[in-house]
Amino acid sequence: MRLEVLKTYKIYIGGQFPRTESGRYYTPENKSGKKLANVCLCSRKDLRDAVVAARSAYGSWSNRAAFNRGQILYRMAEMLEGRKAQFVEELVMQDSAKAAAEKEVNLAIDRLIYYAGWCDKYQQLFSTVNPVGSPHFNFSVPEPMGVAGIIAPQDSSLLGIVSVIAPVITGGNTCVVLGSEEKPLCAITLAEVLHASDLPGGVVNILTGKPEELNPWFAGHMDINAVISCDENPEVQKLIREKSVANLKRVFFYDKRNWTGGEGESPYLILDTQEIKTTWHPVENIAGAGGGY
Amino acid sequence: MATAKKPVRKKTTAGKNTLRVSLQTGWTYDPAPESKSVARIDKRYELFINGKWEAPLSKKYFDTINPATEEKLSEVAEAGVADVDKAVTAAGQAYEKTWKKMPARERAKYIFRIARMIQEKARELAVIETLDGGKPIRESRDFDVPTAANHFFYYAGWADKLEYAFPNRKTEPLGVAGQIIPWNFPLLMAAWKIAPALATGNTVVLKPAETTPLTALKLAEIIREADLPPGVVNIITGAGATGASLVQHPGVSKIAFTGSTEIGKLIQQSTAGTSKKLTLELGGKAANIIFEDAPLDQAVEGVINGIFFNQGHVCCAGSRLYVQESVAKEVIRKLKDRMASLIVGDPLDKNTDIGAINSRQQLDTIRKYISIGKKEGAEFYESDCRLPGKGFFCKPTLFSQVAQSSRIAQEEIFGPVLAILTFRTDDEVIEKANNTPYGLSAGVWTDKGSKIFNMTKRIRAGVIWANTFNKFDPSSPFGGFKESGYGREGGLHGLLPYVKLIS
Repeated sequence: MRLEVLKTYKIYIGGQFPRTESGRYYTPENKSGKKLANVCLCSRKDLRDAVVAARSAYGSWSNRAAFNRGQILYRMAEMLEGRKAQFVEELVMQDSAKAAAEKEVNLAIDRLIYYAGWCDKYQQLFSTVNPVGSPHFNFSVPEPMGVAGIIAPQDSSLLGIVSVIAPVITGGNTCVVLGSEEKPLCAITLAEVLHASDLPGGVVNILTGKPEELNPWFAGHMDINAVISCDENPEVQKLIREKSVANLKRVFFYDKRNWTGGEGESPYLILDTQEIKTTWHPVENIAGAGGGY
Repeated sequence: MATAKKPVRKKTTAGKNTLRVSLQTGWTYDPAPESKSVARIDKRYELFINGKWEAPLSKKYFDTINPATEEKLSEVAEAGVADVDKAVTAAGQAYEKTWKKMPARERAKYIFRIARMIQEKARELAVIETLDGGKPIRESRDFDVPTAANHFFYYAGWADKLEYAFPNRKTEPLGVAGQIIPWNFPLLMAAWKIAPALATGNTVVLKPAETTPLTALKLAEIIREADLPPGVVNIITGAGATGASLVQHPGVSKIAFTGSTEIGKLIQQSTAGTSKKLTLELGGKAANIIFEDAPLDQAVEGVINGIFFNQGHVCCAGSRLYVQESVAKEVIRKLKDRMASLIVGDPLDKNTDIGAINSRQQLDTIRKYISIGKKEGAEFYESDCRLPGKGFFCKPTLFSQVAQSSRIAQEEIFGPVLAILTFRTDDEVIEKANNTPYGLSAGVWTDKGSKIFNMTKRIRAGVIWANTFNKFDPSSPFGGFKESGYGREGGLHGLLPYVKLIS
């Protein structure tokens, strides 16, 4: 008989897989009481390190051609497709029925494809050329916001985290994500998929631990530009809004959202972490022969 | 008033910042040919109908040759009326039975697959493109093939997002799209046509040009490998007659044509009285305009690219150069210098800048226009490079002192022949640039941004490049004003020709 090798679930920062600097762990269990793993209980210092990584990846990621970002998201889907079985297994371990687990993984793959397609298209929806009254060429285009801090949905181990990461990086942002506390396995395995799919290190950083502990630090960190939380609790939402004032973070609550349905994906989710930039440029008006060319 | 003497201008040869750089060296490049071994070309190709290779009912075949060596590469089937009917019927059935009902998301995934397989086979496709069409391997490798893959990639993403492209409207596909493409960018034009048609839910019968059918047939192999449902894409080869029967077939709901204005007009005529939707991407005679404040070296590079890219077989080629009088002499000298460094020859050679003219017929046309230009009194200049003994080649050529009314300034030559005219004022050049029945593209070279936007506003053309030229991207619409055709390919606007909008 062969003894199974157990996987150590680490976190993902700057394209590397360290353990939490705090040395702490927690052991989530599934409904039948089986211990899932000894998972890293991340600290605010891990968050700080992850933000540093996300910020330093931001320049090059946001400067990539939109088309290139699309290629990379597509590659992520390809890699996820290849590791379907592992995710199904983990989802089943975390209380999903087999059929539901398969459906969730398929949806997650298709969601990446969906956003791969948006990478070079959302700009065409949200940009305008503005017919200003003066002789100026005036246009507005979306630009990525910067670093997003994301607290992933708790009820879904894979689809939830994919659904909140994808629109953010599609739009050229980088992010730090806290996986589901009770169902953390897929978040870390997803990190391994991302790691193998041409996504530059630091664009997505994944932590595990307790939202209760990390929420205030996500909201308060001065180098995070936007916070996305999936928490329904009004007290938590209030706290995040209050703490996010220091650098006027953009705050979004994706609570009570059915990630398997149509509201689970949308170009408007991309728009949430975009700023709109308007440029004015003069237009010379030399047309002695009249405008009727 | 003081009678100040006019300062005497010293005449020195180094008066201006225009050092002449000699690009002539004593040595020549060693041959650096791309290997042909990666290219798998069958001896004979049948018609790709309903997912299978079908021998033509016409029983006829024609040769496709390498224009650089005049050697036969393969023979391909010539689709007759009955073959066209078979292909359109297959496309119609595939539309009704599978493609129309396919969830948009799955449709997208098929198109992504095609994009990926083109990327995987990029090198083979590039070599075949160069063998069959004569374009330099550098261009087929770095431009045609990757851009074709990108086009599929871009439109794949639209398939499940059409409700965002047309706010407040639903879209419906049209049915069977009959698509006819030219020989200048064979694979790329196939991608431009097929990708948006499939993304919007149409099925396709595509006819490549008779001199360059091979990459389209390789694309048929890819489409089969991608497991696209049979009949969704059909590729039939043949010449003008095949195209005409495709256009006239009652089972076709949409015609997309890229080619000459002359044929475009015939197509519009023959679809009159039908409900066929039509897009035409036709000829051009682009004005490339250099103002005196332009960065001249950069402009010269752009002009060279504008007219000599793909041997000038480009509908949007910058074939009319308008230079502001004050810098005309300098620009022409710089152009001649740059032309001297262009390498004309073996298209498979990685150092080649200008490959083979696509066909003997086209070479004859170009020669005809060169002699017209000489007769009309324009100043003729060609670079003194050596041409290979076999195959169809043409030296890079320019005419200066060209009159606005000259035929070489009015008619599309579709070869490496540049007509140079001069102007003094903005108004004059706008008037001259627009004085053409065409309106596909134009170029503007100036350091002044506000002038650029004035020019782009006033020039009647579908694509205007400012301080650049011949740029293409799947996300950017392409197409003409006036007799350069209508409808756009590429970008969000490229979806519209393939959908019905339902309120």
